[in-house]
Amino acid sequence: MATLAEKVWNAHVVRRAEGEPDLLYIDLHLLHEVTSPQAFEGLRLAGRQVRRPELTLATEDHNVPTTPGPISDPVSRTQVETLRKNCEEFGVQLYPMGDHEQGIVHVVGPQLGLTQPGMTVVCGDSHTSTHGAFGALAFGIGTSEVEHVLATQTLPLKPFKTMAINVDGELPAGVTAKDVILAVIAKIGTGGGQGYVLEYRGSAIEALSMEARMTICNMSIEAGARAGMIAPDQTTFDYLKGRPHAPQGADWDAAVEYWSSLRTDEGSTYDAEVHLDATELTPFVTWGTNPGQGAPLGAAVPDPARMGDENEKAAAERALEYMGLSAGTPLRDIKVDTVFVGSCTNGRIEDLRAVAEILQGRHVADGVRALIVPGSARVKEQAEAEGLDKVFVEAGAEWRLPGCSMCLAMNPDKLAPGERSASTSNRNFEGRQGTGGRTHLVSPQVAAATAVRGTLSSPADLVGA
Amino acid sequence: MDAFTTHTGVGVPLRRSNVDTDQIIPAVYLKRVTRTGFEDGLFAAWRGDEGFVLNNPAYAAGSVLVAGPDFGTGSSREHAVWALMDYGFRVVISSRFADIFRGNSSKGGLLAAQVAQADVELLWKYLEAEPGASITVDLTDRTVVAGDLTLPFQVDDYTRWRLLEGLDDIGLTSRHLDEIEAYEQTRPSHKPTTTPVA
Repeated sequence: MATLAEKVWNAHVVRRAEGEPDLLYIDLHLLHEVTSPQAFEGLRLAGRQVRRPELTLATEDHNVPTTPGPISDPVSRTQVETLRKNCEEFGVQLYPMGDHEQGIVHVVGPQLGLTQPGMTVVCGDSHTSTHGAFGALAFGIGTSEVEHVLATQTLPLKPFKTMAINVDGELPAGVTAKDVILAVIAKIGTGGGQGYVLEYRGSAIEALSMEARMTICNMSIEAGARAGMIAPDQTTFDYLKGRPHAPQGADWDAAVEYWSSLRTDEGSTYDAEVHLDATELTPFVTWGTNPGQGAPLGAAVPDPARMGDENEKAAAERALEYMGLSAGTPLRDIKVDTVFVGSCTNGRIEDLRAVAEILQGRHVADGVRALIVPGSARVKEQAEAEGLDKVFVEAGAEWRLPGCSMCLAMNPDKLAPGERSASTSNRNFEGRQGTGGRTHLVSPQVAAATAVRGTLSSPADLVGA
Repeated sequence: MDAFTTHTGVGVPLRRSNVDTDQIIPAVYLKRVTRTGFEDGLFAAWRGDEGFVLNNPAYAAGSVLVAGPDFGTGSSREHAVWALMDYGFRVVISSRFADIFRGNSSKGGLLAAQVAQADVELLWKYLEAEPGASITVDLTDRTVVAGDLTLPFQVDDYTRWRLLEGLDDIGLTSRHLDEIEAYEQTRPSHKPTTTPVA
């Protein structure tokens, strides 16, 4: 008997010896320009090669501008140019800016069909947990680990513990995967998942699309877990069928048979379990400076004085000061300057469709800047084929080129000091979207409604508007 | 990674405790794309002070750093080890090391030799009395020899073995190449490759 995570782990053990970490084989290694340069440099200094370039893929995402033209910042440009040189020298496939396949690394892998159930996937990026939505064991690694995987296609690892996150019942209308994961993080805390692989399960999870599942697994790291997983099912197989790198013919049948075995066995136990009632969830937003500081949109900014735990109280006080908020203010009264739709959390086609549905026939509020950034070039093309770009532009939003954009202030898309955003990204840390910027994490639906009203809002607030 | 058996070089007395990794190399140096050349960032803030020990020409060619307790605390940056080694250090002697720094050291090939604080004091006195004097660090018998002093140091058996053999993590894994190849033979054909599909 084994859990999903244990099954995938056990299927990748190259070597197991007393007193040593397990040596795991890595099926897919994704690279981007920020965490790879010193890994390649390490290979060069030691005279080593990339062991399996055909299991390695690079894309440019963190530093790329989302408006046409070259990269103006010299540090950003050097990182991108270094990636290009390294990929050429070591024979690694790269999708550069402007390429049809370019995009955020965690959007590109799944859309190509490269991310498949039962695989091990790593990348020098903590949001690699995204790929766990397919029942893959996927996690972020550091630069020397990147070098290790490049050289050996393996990684020595100490076993994780397992935690089941059970979400049962039907999600109410207007409540999305983003609200589920924000509620999970608020419940277990930003350190609650430390040392665990999370497995999301239950009827509410099974009812979600692949893209919604990716949103949930993406933010596992925000609960402190390196990985999050969802057992593959017919939804997974339907998503993969026909994608460029999905198996074909007899391989497809063999793959589906194997993938179907990747479920936690009845009666196996997790090291920890958490339960959430989906029917009680509502649109969720953050008010503080870590993703665990969130509350239902209908609530008010909490009062630190009423918090029992001294650390929690001190963190909340500091967060409210940074965010420029007072306890007791209804969250719906908070006015924003910027709305950002995009990132590896919510930059996929379904997210853009949801935003377009709300913006259709409406207009972005005066004084609000709305940025809509597709997660990849393919997502951009698809959105334009469906006419979503026109809806965005007519509503007064900016339609941009694909990249990480305003998620992380490594490219020109940033908040100014004191500026406040409703953002579909994954981190509301101090300065994450720009020095002094104030971030409220929200779902795409809440982002769109907020753009229209200018204050934190849900689509239900727009009825009649 | 080069094997380490014994090393003789100029000892540098760094009379400070809690030397955190932000002092060893400030964050501004982390934006680089290279794996070498971090020597200019080593102790960058302190080197602005004329009285700082490395600004004394007698110690400038140092390769054995002798520091107070809690060396390498703070951020986990691997650059701290790179900066020390790029400058020319092969050994840091301290009475206590931060765990992450100790781990990063063994990955990078830097010997973190732990001695009693009383012995750190003896080494400081000797090196200050004889600026530019050499110290010999012998990993085979785990001793530090400075003038008439012969002092024992601690390093765990596993780290000692790896340094003596000159094995970094990749070198260690590469010893199991046959097992990696055997595993690869068992990988099912439905696993994807990144080779573009025509």
